Amino acid sequence: MAPMTLRLSWRARLAVTSLVVVNTTSRWLGRGSGTVAGGRVGLAIEPKLLSELARARTVVLVTGTNGKTTTSAMLRQGWGSDVGGNVTGANMPAGHVAALCTSRGPRVVLETDEAWLAAVVEATTPAVVVLLNLSRDQLDRANEVRQMAQRWRDCLTPQRFSGVVVANAADPLVVFAAEGSTHVRWVHVPLAWRADASSCPHCTRAITFGDDHWSCECGFSQPTDLVARLSEVLEIAGGSYPLDLALPGEFNEINAALAATALVELGEDVELVLGRIRTLHSVQGRYGRRRYGNRDVRLLLAKNPAGTAALFDSIDVDSEVWVAINAQVADGKDPSWLYDVPFEVLRGRRIACLGERRLDLATRLLYGSVDCDVIDDPDVLRRATTPVTLVANYTAFRDWMARTSPC
Amino acid sequence: MLRVVVLYPDLLGTYGDGGNAMVLAARARARGVDVEVHDVTIGEVIPRAALYLLGGGEDGPQRLACDLLVDGGFVDRVEEGGHVFAVCAGLQILGTTFSIEGDASYRGVGLVDAWTTRGPTRSVGNFATLVRGRMMVGFENHGGVTELGDNVEPFGDVVVGRGNDGIVDGFRTPRVTATYAHGPVLAQNPWLADELLSAVTGQALAPWPSVADRLYVERCDAVSTRRSDVDRTGGRR
Ligand SMILES: [Zn+2]
Repeated sequence: MAPMTLRLSWRARLAVTSLVVVNTTSRWLGRGSGTVAGGRVGLAIEPKLLSELARARTVVLVTGTNGKTTTSAMLRQGWGSDVGGNVTGANMPAGHVAALCTSRGPRVVLETDEAWLAAVVEATTPAVVVLLNLSRDQLDRANEVRQMAQRWRDCLTPQRFSGVVVANAADPLVVFAAEGSTHVRWVHVPLAWRADASSCPHCTRAITFGDDHWSCECGFSQPTDLVARLSEVLEIAGGSYPLDLALPGEFNEINAALAATALVELGEDVELVLGRIRTLHSVQGRYGRRRYGNRDVRLLLAKNPAGTAALFDSIDVDSEVWVAINAQVADGKDPSWLYDVPFEVLRGRRIACLGERRLDLATRLLYGSVDCDVIDDPDVLRRATTPVTLVANYTAFRDWMARTSPC
Repeated sequence: MLRVVVLYPDLLGTYGDGGNAMVLAARARARGVDVEVHDVTIGEVIPRAALYLLGGGEDGPQRLACDLLVDGGFVDRVEEGGHVFAVCAGLQILGTTFSIEGDASYRGVGLVDAWTTRGPTRSVGNFATLVRGRMMVGFENHGGVTELGDNVEPFGDVVVGRGNDGIVDGFRTPRVTATYAHGPVLAQNPWLADELLSAVTGQALAPWPSVADRLYVERCDAVSTRRSDVDRTGGRR
């Protein structure tokens, strides 16, 4: 690890040195992945550290409720070699400065927490901001979705941002956030999740959704000046390209469409970009196959209703389905969102309920007429050999990464 | 046929509030009661129903839902005999006034003599209230302070969290029940779901044991480990 220290102020150099010391120590002590602690120290010494480290680099920011980590991984993979970024998913400024200290290249992709977008846009002057989607997530942190859309909108105005916004044109809240910016590239994608955008962000009247278009009486409607369109293939830059991803699910095709559009905007060749994205098989353990006793387990991360609903179409027909739910701070302490997840599509299967809030899950499934078992001791599941698809929310996913081993 | 109407889930449905209708329907059907759940969305007429459900929502949608309820004759439907169960923003709407978007006071439906102003802080976290000796457990996330008129009975006494004012939670009249617990609170409190169903149908319900009972005990335990003065059975004070 060779920190980039060229052309930094003395204070920033001191901050970087301290950051590296703290992170190396915390990794050595086995305290987490060692990115956030050092980042906090670095920012305490030099509050402008993020902007100092981002200077003279081409930065792409990725934000949205779902798909940030995967889309950022696709951008790094598709952009070529030596692309830096917060690969561990620490997506607030402390994680960003740690990531920028450990990468030296001129290209950086930063996954950015929704609530931090304004601060990170200001500090990093990104070339491109990718807006994936916006829906309810961990509402006990009081980040209500409309307020979030308004905050995005405020930080992307011409006075505050002059780069390019690559935006999902099918999501009304994303369109509301992006529409006032100077250079917007709209991408049309299929949108399955509409529950959070049924009332217009401008006038609160009902938005009417057609098969391929939405609009409100007040005139707010889906943009039609598209640079890319995803259907069976991705239409972009005058051609059509099949995606053929190794990662499962329509939601990953949507992520890939937005990532590819951002890279084309940065001057990359679309064929080359898609060829690289296709080689991605697993992101931070997600989608990858792991072993649990005699079992082959595929781990899927589900943090909120839209993300969980999107996962259900990628569950193998012949696998058992296990669902693990926790409600720690990182998950949101209120599991009410389980009632916004359409578990009913799993009727006919028998679900194993796991995690600290397995009784909340089992109760939800009871009321949705989905058969299930409450598993108090996961050890009893080790012996059988049927493959498993395990859907878990954030800290439950982490627990199951620890409990399983690589294939 | 027992008709349950969910009012404006497209405006008031922020926290899995749809779960309450799901719980009531399943528990009624399990006792052989025929149930129809009907969602009334923006632009639809409010039909007669045995029970109306109101959820939580953000400021703009809350105001619009309130206007639609006033224009749609909601108070008349209730006076014709409908019962109401409301959570969070739904509670605020039922009162005479509520404050949103800064400190502007907005006229509510006026079904109950209760008024809501904006408190100094937001309350987010686990929530428990004693309802005539029984523990109700849930989660709250709101910034309101609600005061009740002299003749209005609160729904419960706050054990953990804030509710109306840190002392009492919600309100109840013979046919209206409202609490600050947000989301699918009936899922965590099967006894409350059954009490509502009994009130609406006018008949006693046979016990219907399920995993929801285990969840209720677990959530009561979670509350009492934090508050040792609470009866661990979640029963009588
Ligand atoms: Zn509108």
